Amino acid sequence: MTHLTYIMAAYGLAVLVGTVFSVDAWARMSRARRRLAAIDPRANRG
Amino acid sequence: MDARTANPPPAAGRTLHRFANPGRFLRISGRVLPVMAVLGLGLTLTGFVWGLFFAPADWQQGDAVRIMYVHVPSAWLASFGYLSLAICSVLSLVWRHPLADLAAAEIGPVGAAFTALCLATGSIWGKPMWGAWWVWDARLTSVLVLFFLYLGHVALVRAFDDPQRGYRAGAILALIGVVNLPIIKFSVDWWNTLHQPATIKFTGSPTMYVGMLWPLLLCALGFTFGFAAIVLARTRAAVMERRIRGLLMARAQEADAR
Repeated sequence: MTHLTYIMAAYGLAVLVGTVFSVDAWARMSRARRRLAAIDPRANRG
Repeated sequence: MDARTANPPPAAGRTLHRFANPGRFLRISGRVLPVMAVLGLGLTLTGFVWGLFFAPADWQQGDAVRIMYVHVPSAWLASFGYLSLAICSVLSLVWRHPLADLAAAEIGPVGAAFTALCLATGSIWGKPMWGAWWVWDARLTSVLVLFFLYLGHVALVRAFDDPQRGYRAGAILALIGVVNLPIIKFSVDWWNTLHQPATIKFTGSPTMYVGMLWPLLLCALGFTFGFAAIVLARTRAAVMERRIRGLLMARAQEADAR
């Protein structure tokens, strides 16, 4: 495969951006859900 | 008869505000989010494997053409993301839709990241093909302006103590910046650019070999679902965070009143 370094860099960046944003969104959502459940018991029912 | 019954909101506003209810939004988005995430991941991975190992190399570019499967979807998403930011801004300014403000604030950073990815992968492709990491070409420059518009929106939304003022200022900037979208789209036709013209058009059949077109479309669809899933997850988190702030403030006010 020609230009392998460039191809790997491009795909690596795409995977990095996708992973960082997905993990951050998931962690933020879980944290908010836990905090909301702790201060508002009704949130557990929703 | 009270004033609300006498003057009901317009039909469009009523329909939009049905989804402004945080509980309803969390319920619906909770069902949609896993489907979007699985589709995003599945389609992107399939497109990547197809593009990397099964799609043919280009007779001129060699295997560097495979960078296109990352670069083109991220470029489309950069523009479509900004368009969705502008739609949220209209919903916010015209109908005062509270979820539109939160969604716009969450689209900003994700859109900026996809625009940065588009610029970076374009640069990575440009070095072996053009012999330069960057040229001040109309397409590249207008996408760089889009990146700065995203950054400006992110900064402006967070620049005020009163979030509503930040959302309003961000919405105005987003609407002004929409003028850049047709400039990006038509820059390759209006000016003599180094960047190649569009190979996939709404008005005609694509000029790309079908063996390259399919993985590109899969990647574009996967990126779109991925982008939507990330924005939805961030907006869900923002809705819950706002509810937490509201509850804590109500408790603090109750404690002060005692």
